[in-house]
Amino acid sequence: MVDFQTYYAVLNLYSDYARVCDSADWDKWPEFFVEEGIYRLQPRENFEQNLPLCLLALESKAMIRDRVYGVKETLYYDPYYQRHIVGIPSILSIEPHEQGERIRAEANYVVVRTKLDAESTVFNAGYYRDEIIRTAAGLKFLSRLCIYDSEMIPNSIIYPI
Amino acid sequence: MSASESIFPPNPQWTEAGTSQVPFWAYTRDDLHQRELERLFYSKHWCYIGLEAEIPNPGDFRRSVVGERSVIMVRDMDGNINVVENVCAHRGLRFCRERQGNQKDFFCPYHQWNYSLKGDLQGVPFRRGVKQEGKINGGMPKDFKLEEHGLTKLKVATRGGVVFASFDHGIESFEDFLGSTILHYFDRVFNGRQLKVLGYRRQRIPGNWKLMQENIKDPYHPGLLHTWFSTFGLWRADNKSELKMDEQFRHAAMISTRGKGGKNEEVVSGVDSFKETMQLNDARLLDIVPEPWWEGPTAVMTTIFPSVIIQQQVNSVSTRHIQPNGHGSFDFVWTHFGFADDTPEMHQRRLIQANLFGPAGFVSADDGEVIEWSQEGFEQSPTKHTVLEMGGHEIGNTEHMVTETLIRGMYAYWRKVMEV
Ligand SMILES: [Fe+2]
Repeated sequence: MVDFQTYYAVLNLYSDYARVCDSADWDKWPEFFVEEGIYRLQPRENFEQNLPLCLLALESKAMIRDRVYGVKETLYYDPYYQRHIVGIPSILSIEPHEQGERIRAEANYVVVRTKLDAESTVFNAGYYRDEIIRTAAGLKFLSRLCIYDSEMIPNSIIYPI
Repeated sequence: MSASESIFPPNPQWTEAGTSQVPFWAYTRDDLHQRELERLFYSKHWCYIGLEAEIPNPGDFRRSVVGERSVIMVRDMDGNINVVENVCAHRGLRFCRERQGNQKDFFCPYHQWNYSLKGDLQGVPFRRGVKQEGKINGGMPKDFKLEEHGLTKLKVATRGGVVFASFDHGIESFEDFLGSTILHYFDRVFNGRQLKVLGYRRQRIPGNWKLMQENIKDPYHPGLLHTWFSTFGLWRADNKSELKMDEQFRHAAMISTRGKGGKNEEVVSGVDSFKETMQLNDARLLDIVPEPWWEGPTAVMTTIFPSVIIQQQVNSVSTRHIQPNGHGSFDFVWTHFGFADDTPEMHQRRLIQANLFGPAGFVSADDGEVIEWSQEGFEQSPTKHTVLEMGGHEIGNTEHMVTETLIRGMYAYWRKVMEV
């Protein structure tokens, strides 16, 4: 049974993450991860067939920073707003970890995209599979795996999910 | 054009000789799109289906697409690969709904017609009627022949573990279709090694399918649009490179060897995407290790007209399958793979370099974006035309990449086959 304080901290982590993703404050995105943290965005078909390919597989906080640079400086794309709707997280387990405790949690998400001059559409739907640890600076992701159901990417994904 | 000329003339003509200007209406007309499906996808062209490694065992099947027709690739009990159209001979259902699986036969749930894995109709319920109170009711007529109601079978070609098929049983051999020049680059990747599928990526690009063929026949753009290519020297105008086509100019290979990158005034000055001071935080994104089978070039991008692109960009290898849906949209399905004898390090390297490609890739995401924007311009002003004059008006192989010759070649072939 998870204590309320822990659950509340996880809720805060999830809502802060969504807020940063939706506010285009990309430099704050890597800060949700520990140095060796992993971010992966993976189609459900690959995940379920044990195929390792991801849409994005960022294997360290440094690599996540490289993605931020890509979004800000190197990619040409149609600008858009995005809005994350994240479900109530389930805490699957809390286990001892060399850096304290490791929390395994999951939550559904839907991301709505709005391009300029266009209607708002469901952009990506899936769930987060997370491993979280407690650090001096609060909860951080050891890994955040976004497994998405969406069979077709509507052209491209630029911003973090 | 004067203001009185129509934006949407009823029967526009391609009056210019040559192909250094392509009218926008070549990308916006439903009638031309259907003609393309018939003449390019459904006859005289081998279309990409998948990889043998996706169906290793008897009974394994996987759905694929030829043009806009759903097909099933299946390994039968004899171990042979068949490709059949996913349309029931009875009431036309696309009966195979799973993407992949293993079964010993096909059946359509509606009236339970049953087909072998070769596509032959094996039986239909109540064929001999139903006995009731001593009388036989219904049943198929006496002249109903199972063999006349099989699934549509495609002609199949496999080479190096890759499966191609055609609805056209009179088609030339796959090897003749590619021609010796392109076959060489095909065999360079698919040289008989066991392939290992790493996974899939799917994107729907709201643009005409030809734009994706053109994107990979266009060596002019990568060093301009793609920061990673210009800055790290992966693909840019000062790289040692060659462009080669088959004799009919339909297929092509763009062959390039990575240069030093960095600042060469002639190719990067004024280029917005070039970032002189850019450094990777995590060098694994470009941890390139040359492989013997490359035989030198660090990238070879092969377009096999009309259905597929074969990518080797440093250690990342994939097939990219073009699946049109209407004149203004196509699905682009990426199958990334490695080889069964890859070391764990090479396996991991291929997966990390895959970050450059696909619908979110550091490099490829913007290709889909610019294709969408081209299509928008075509739709709004279909009588205008593109300008493909880089490198002159000629069509021919070159030893540099400052040219649009491959696109001119593709349209020379297109005009001939399409009679436009
Ligand atoms: Fe490109």
